Amino acid sequence: MIELRNVIKSFGDKAVLKGVNARFDKGKTNLIIGASGSGKTVLQKCMVGLLKIDSGEILFSGTDFVTMSGEDRKLLRQQIGMLFQGSALFDSMTVEQNVMFPLDMFTKWTRGEKLERVNFVLERVDLKGVNAKRPDEISGGMKKRVGIARAIVLKPKYLFCDEPNSGLDPRTSMLIDKLIHEITKENDITTIINTHDMNSVMEIGENILYLDQGKEEWKGTNKEIIFSKHEKLNDFIFASEFLKDAKDMRALEERGIIDNDRNMDKILKEGSIDTGEGKE
Amino acid sequence: MKLFSSFGQYLLMLRGAARKPENGKMYWKELMHQSVEIGFGSLGIVVIISIFMGAVSAVQTAYQLVSPLIPRETIALVVRDTVILEFAPTLICIVLAGVVGSKIAGELGNMRVSEQIDALEIMGINTKSYLIAPKILGALLTIPLLVIISMVLGIYGGRLASALGELVAGDAFDRGLQNGFTIKNVYIGLAKAYSFAFIISSISSFFGYYVRGGALEIGRASTAAVITSCIVILMVDYLIAYIFL
Repeated sequence: MIELRNVIKSFGDKAVLKGVNARFDKGKTNLIIGASGSGKTVLQKCMVGLLKIDSGEILFSGTDFVTMSGEDRKLLRQQIGMLFQGSALFDSMTVEQNVMFPLDMFTKWTRGEKLERVNFVLERVDLKGVNAKRPDEISGGMKKRVGIARAIVLKPKYLFCDEPNSGLDPRTSMLIDKLIHEITKENDITTIINTHDMNSVMEIGENILYLDQGKEEWKGTNKEIIFSKHEKLNDFIFASEFLKDAKDMRALEERGIIDNDRNMDKILKEGSIDTGEGKE
Repeated sequence: MKLFSSFGQYLLMLRGAARKPENGKMYWKELMHQSVEIGFGSLGIVVIISIFMGAVSAVQTAYQLVSPLIPRETIALVVRDTVILEFAPTLICIVLAGVVGSKIAGELGNMRVSEQIDALEIMGINTKSYLIAPKILGALLTIPLLVIISMVLGIYGGRLASALGELVAGDAFDRGLQNGFTIKNVYIGLAKAYSFAFIISSISSFFGYYVRGGALEIGRASTAAVITSCIVILMVDYLIAYIFL
């Protein structure tokens, strides 16, 4: 579990985080959402120690990351995996070398043991047989999966993902979301995802923190979003008329007033929705 | 003011690079990789430049030696000393500042911009000692060797040009080479080589490591690394010459 207490961060005169309080639970996919410039990435960078906070506490299982000794921080960092927006794969290395790198650095395993673990995680992210390929020879979605494999190879307790769906098509995005969600459950890790992707919010958002101008505006689950009357949150998530309609439909489904959208075929057959068929 | 803060940041970077490595084996691997990249990767250009540098030096010395009172063997002596004291260490290191310096700054800059350095930091790796120390040590290991090769080839180039242009016969050139030779000059040349190797690798690492922005900034950082390295090399060259000669 990770807890944030009154986290403040400024760049010069510009306050980016204005006292953020949050709790990210173990074994759950925790999402940080918010518009561009709301402070999501800065918050995540503060949590992993890439940026120093001005004041506040960042507690990893009760221990403050900020006041930790350098050595303890180093040890904690070995329990953190991170998937970057651009994957951040080492471009001079092959896929196998990329995934093996943390093992080379921090374990005394034999080459065979390391290779076994690498193959296991590559298989887990559905990337068999690409060991010898270089990052510039694989697609964006595959790069993300290699990034996930590298992030989980040391069996981390905490997994951070910065915009894991950026630049991916909707189907690949869903696969990546599903994969992160499954890995979180399988390994009982605390996963924190920064995202703009509303599909992710609705599919895997078990614990959502909505940031607006450096402050937490709303906290809840994906189901609670459906019923939320929070104006800013609704304006942000359901930005288009189409999405607003979808939210209303979903709310009716959740209340059992209309059939669940999984029964769409039934609704279409009954002719209660105009499909446009037969029109000139 | 910015100059002082940058210099302070440069010193902090060097302090970070001097810290104990997390995994000696990985650092050794990286050191070997960098040594090959810097040393072997620059060998071709060093060979070509050195031979022509010595040849031009011989031809120009012969052109300026108009007095019949000065023996033609003096050409070898002048070629030897200019190559050992100045051409091999300084000219080669200026070229290496371009070849190696821009490569180091570009590589680190790209790693910074594409968040590869952040990825290493999050893993708990001291990126300064993992990425910068092997580059500095690799340069300190290989650049003086390249300078020694350049000294030998430069003198050989002078000998070749002298023989081809009938400026001085081969055996007379060899006699001239031995005439008044002092090992001190080689030591001064090597002192320059070590100093310049450190300057090239550390300054280029500094510009690459602290890059902010995108592709344009990487290019700018590489240019700034080369220009700054060249200026500092020339300043230190003067300083060493002033102190030791």
